[in-house]
Amino acid sequence: MAVCVAVIAKENYPLYIRSIPTENELKFHYMVHTSLDVVDEKISAMGKALVDQRELYLGLLYPTEDYKVYPSHQSPCVESTFPNQLCRYGYVTNSKVKFVMVVDSSNTALRDNEIRSMFRKLHNSYTDVMCNPFYNPGDRIHSRAFDSMVTSMMIQVC
Amino acid sequence: MEGLTLSDAEQKYYSDLFSYCDIESTKKVAANGRVLELFRAAQLPNDVVLQIMELCGATRLGYFGRSQFYIALKLVAVAQSGFPLRVESINTVKDLPLPRFVASKNEQESRHAASYSSDSENQGSYSGVIPPPPGRGQVKKGSVSHDTVQPRTSADQQEPASPVVSPQQSPPTSPHTWRKHSRHPSGGNSERPLAGPGPFWSPFGEAQSGSSAGDAVWSGHSPPPPQETWVSFADTPPTSTLLTMHPASVQDQTTVRTVASATAANEIRRQSSSYDDPWKITDEQRQYYVNQFKTIQPDLNGFIPGSAAKEFFTKSKLPILELSHIWELSDFDKDGALTLDEFCAAFHLVVARKNGYDLPEKLPESLMPKLIDLEDSADVGDQPGEVGYSGSPAEAPPSKSPSMPSLNQTWPELNQSSEQWETFSERSSSSQTLTQFDSNIAPADPDTAIVHPVPIRMTPSKIHMQEMELKRTGSDHTNPTSPLLVKTSDLSEESKINSSVKFASGNTVDGYSSSDSFTSDPEQIGNNVTHQRSHSGTSPDNTAPPPPPPRPQPSHSRSSSLDMNRTFAVTTGQQQAGVVAHPPAVPPRPQPSQAPGPVVHRPVDADGLITHTSTSPQQIPEQPNFADFSQFEVFAASNVNEEQDDEAEKHPEVLPVEKASDPASSLRVAKTDSKIEEKTAASVPANVSKGTTPLAPPPKPVRRRLKSEDELRPEVDEHTQKTGVLAAVLASQPSIPRSVGKDKKAIQASIRRNKETNTVLARLNSELQQQLKDVLEERISLEVQLEQLRPFSHL
Repeated sequence: MAVCVAVIAKENYPLYIRSIPTENELKFHYMVHTSLDVVDEKISAMGKALVDQRELYLGLLYPTEDYKVYPSHQSPCVESTFPNQLCRYGYVTNSKVKFVMVVDSSNTALRDNEIRSMFRKLHNSYTDVMCNPFYNPGDRIHSRAFDSMVTSMMIQVC
Repeated sequence: MEGLTLSDAEQKYYSDLFSYCDIESTKKVAANGRVLELFRAAQLPNDVVLQIMELCGATRLGYFGRSQFYIALKLVAVAQSGFPLRVESINTVKDLPLPRFVASKNEQESRHAASYSSDSENQGSYSGVIPPPPGRGQVKKGSVSHDTVQPRTSADQQEPASPVVSPQQSPPTSPHTWRKHSRHPSGGNSERPLAGPGPFWSPFGEAQSGSSAGDAVWSGHSPPPPQETWVSFADTPPTSTLLTMHPASVQDQTTVRTVASATAANEIRRQSSSYDDPWKITDEQRQYYVNQFKTIQPDLNGFIPGSAAKEFFTKSKLPILELSHIWELSDFDKDGALTLDEFCAAFHLVVARKNGYDLPEKLPESLMPKLIDLEDSADVGDQPGEVGYSGSPAEAPPSKSPSMPSLNQTWPELNQSSEQWETFSERSSSSQTLTQFDSNIAPADPDTAIVHPVPIRMTPSKIHMQEMELKRTGSDHTNPTSPLLVKTSDLSEESKINSSVKFASGNTVDGYSSSDSFTSDPEQIGNNVTHQRSHSGTSPDNTAPPPPPPRPQPSHSRSSSLDMNRTFAVTTGQQQAGVVAHPPAVPPRPQPSQAPGPVVHRPVDADGLITHTSTSPQQIPEQPNFADFSQFEVFAASNVNEEQDDEAEKHPEVLPVEKASDPASSLRVAKTDSKIEEKTAASVPANVSKGTTPLAPPPKPVRRRLKSEDELRPEVDEHTQKTGVLAAVLASQPSIPRSVGKDKKAIQASIRRNKETNTVLARLNSELQQQLKDVLEERISLEVQLEQLRPFSHL
């Protein structure tokens, strides 16, 4: 159900960013970037937070967000002003690698557990990518397995 | 253009090259694409190349016709040999070595790091149909590489000494573009990434370049029909097997060279047909991979850490992205390290990629670690075979034609060996099935492993048997049984299984069968049960016959008594001892007098038993009870048979009583005789078996036991009352022989007593069953509650 999935490195540059409506990619880039501030805020708020799964999951970053409706994406939604509401969720790993996921909230209402599971899958795939000796941390992620996993997550929506 | 005279080898060579370049089969080769690559691969200065082109007339024509091409090639050879380029030199220079072309193309793909020294050969860019290099006969890759390397500073920096030898590649299948990389047998051949187009025609007769550097070069030469060359190589080099040609086997290459292209073509065809799976790893390849693995990690069962693997595969000069993907595919368990199988899969993928194969999205099945594991074992076994195979071609080399046939022959063998790879997977699966099979066998184990459950099962079986016995005895009984029968019928109406009654009836038979079972397996009540069950069918036969055969019942009974002691240890404990002690004290004679007493007591006892049974845990009491009964029977029989004491008198009494088939009655009788019993110990086990094995004699001891139980009543707890009854019955059994011969009154009294005990037990049984039902109902209700709760938990 994800509309956009992004993996942000520790230094806040994207390692991997992919969105389903590919034409709005730039918009998602911005969205993710702005979400980083929220992520950082949450991280700092935790202080010396214990490192566990729960803490890794940051939850909803932005409750709602106007999503500019492009003609191609216009969906017969109820609200006219907020046709699509996007929710962004954050997740940070121990190594300060952040996952940001933008989810279209029109269909899926809260499925916190599902979001968590998606992040878990992301984290696992990211770990697999990391295990690859040919991957230099800091490089963009080109792993096909990772791509396929993200696609599976995003395709669910469509 | 001057006439061009070419030697046969040259002719072949040039024609091959031409065919290679003439991708469009237009008989004209434009001065671009492969031709350019070819010339570039010739490692000649540009001006020389231009000169050549001019000389051959291509510039005039604008394309390379066949003749021009040939001339150009010849000029290349001339130039490479150092001769000045002259038109005349074409024909004047004798013994011109074949032009050498260093694969320069497809570097991006096929480049293997020098250190890699893999013989990554011609990439798929080769049209797979290129005939093998004409024979100067030596397309020794090694030599080629060697030579070519020397003159030029090949881009591939191969580390001459690099232990990594270019992996052999088997052109597994149809893709003709597959070039087998033959491994330098000598190893350490630096592999030269071979650009597809630049076939390397190793200079003939050049020494094998076994040395490292050569490899890279020759990689180029593995040119033509990858398979064919392989084939030819296979002839020669021992290492190069059919599938994986060893460029390294330079020496052999010479012989290979001699192979006619036609044969090569045949081989290619054969080869392609022999392999269906492009990803299959041949044995040679596997061996090569294993060797490479060893260089990094001596322990074949160990791992190669990611960093080491990275270095290793980086030498292959594949782009990092592709290497990363290969890693993703091959690291099956995602642990950042490569096992032998994973390493082989990765290596194979690298080789494939270098040969131009696209990397799959998913790991091919043949590269799956689990299969490879199997293949390992096969590989080990096959190695000798493979060696043999490879050896044959190696030996063949000298003879050109024979080499080919031998190669062809070896192919099917190798194919078979490769097929074995797959069989292993099947074997693994079969092994798995075997394990499952074994597990299935386990449960089928008979009672040896299962003692406890048996008693549980006994219940229904015993009940069944009792029913049968009851019915049977009921029919046989006359007076003594009639009242009991009425009672039993009532009981049976109450509960479908009139335990006691049926025990009574069945005991006669059960006891018999139990005795049989005892003989077979005295210690296992379950056995008794099963036996009894089996016997139940034949119980009618058992009841009729005379007392049970003189089996070692006493011993059995004793053992069973021990068992009884064990089983009753929890419940009866001392009381059993008391029970045992009691019977001997009871004189058999006063049975009739005691009959009323016990009869009187019996109901109490029965009640006590019932209460006892109700209070006591259902499982144990039930089991022992049943067991008791069976043992009763057994003991009765045994005791009756064995001991010809006073109880012997009761034998005739018992017999008729038994025929009454009321274990209750027999119990009653036993009660009366309980005091007489001496073998309470024996009776104890008999108690166990009483209910299960009907015996003619058993009723007597049963009677005794009942009697003894009556006596013991005051002393027995609730817990033990029931068992006490049984014990009493059992105890009475030994006394039965003593009572045998007593007057009929005593017998009848004992019969009555037994019947009463039967009714008591029947009541007890019904109560127990009711308790069981209650418990089941509770369980069902609990389950329902659980289910009700479950949906909430899901939410």
